[in-house]
Amino acid sequence: MQIAATHKAPGARTEQIILFRCSTQVFAISSASVQEVRSVDTLAGSPVEIEEPSLPKVRHMFHRGEQNLYVVNGAVHFGLLPSPASLIFLLRRARTALLIDGIEKMTTMTRLQALPAAFCHEERVWYRGLTVLDQSVIPVVSPEGFLTTDELFLLDALVSRRGVPESAPASEMGLVL
Amino acid sequence: MSKVEQFDARSCVLLRLGERRFALAAEHIAELVAPSRVFRFAHRTTEIDGVILRRGRVVPVCDLAERLTGKKLTYRRFYLVATQRRGATLDWVALPVSGECELITADLTPAGESDSPHVAAWLSHDGEVIEVLNLDALMPVPTTPAALAQGESPEAHA
Repeated sequence: MQIAATHKAPGARTEQIILFRCSTQVFAISSASVQEVRSVDTLAGSPVEIEEPSLPKVRHMFHRGEQNLYVVNGAVHFGLLPSPASLIFLLRRARTALLIDGIEKMTTMTRLQALPAAFCHEERVWYRGLTVLDQSVIPVVSPEGFLTTDELFLLDALVSRRGVPESAPASEMGLVL
Repeated sequence: MSKVEQFDARSCVLLRLGERRFALAAEHIAELVAPSRVFRFAHRTTEIDGVILRRGRVVPVCDLAERLTGKKLTYRRFYLVATQRRGATLDWVALPVSGECELITADLTPAGESDSPHVAAWLSHDGEVIEVLNLDALMPVPTTPAALAQGESPEAHA
């Protein structure tokens, strides 16, 4: 049976990615999207607590330059069981910091496959696509998918209403989410 | 699969889901494959179980049994890989089945107004009246504004 091909022929385009763990699952992110990787402990004193009931994935923020950066708990964002987070990705050109459990490794992907259209809910915003590494399928996250414009607006409004809140212990940021 | 407009002899693949048999038009079947590892990752489309890798392609696994028979399959004998056109793309979807599949040619009776949307037509085979499935009505569809906005395939590169 002949099936029309929907794939492009393999090309030479490669992309450096970081494989990271949230809860029990492994995700990939383009290393170009990550500006800094910090330990939760090294942010001691700077994060401040915020609480927006409609956004349980964001419990902390910190100031960087003129901007508020919001810390998104990766496990909560993806609907996974919360687990002790140890690292934070500060994302480039985004107002999001991502709380993760750990880094698995850095590697290269040669092919990013589109998320099949049968996946038709929030995951279409979460992921740029899927890649296959060592015969495993790994979702490649979209840095813009962690907080929508509306969510950022909501958080900014919350912060401006509250003024500058109190700092939170960094250990709490990683463990109580 | 579009609804059948008239009586028509067509090739169909019979598939078994638990105690019941259903049919799909043969032109929408890519292949029948042995069960392989299902890769699962975080998502919100509850109808999709995970994905399998088939010839380098990522194929979503959609178990239709619960929706069609009220019971999940306890045993997966094969995956029937079907195709579904969505806009300009031809998607593959792996349907777990619990028994042998059979290619037949049968006269199809168009579905009536009172039939469920998932019924494209009916056929009679071995004294059994069998639903010919309308896959479009069984596959998940976007419901959230964000997903609708991202309806086209996210970026992908070879």
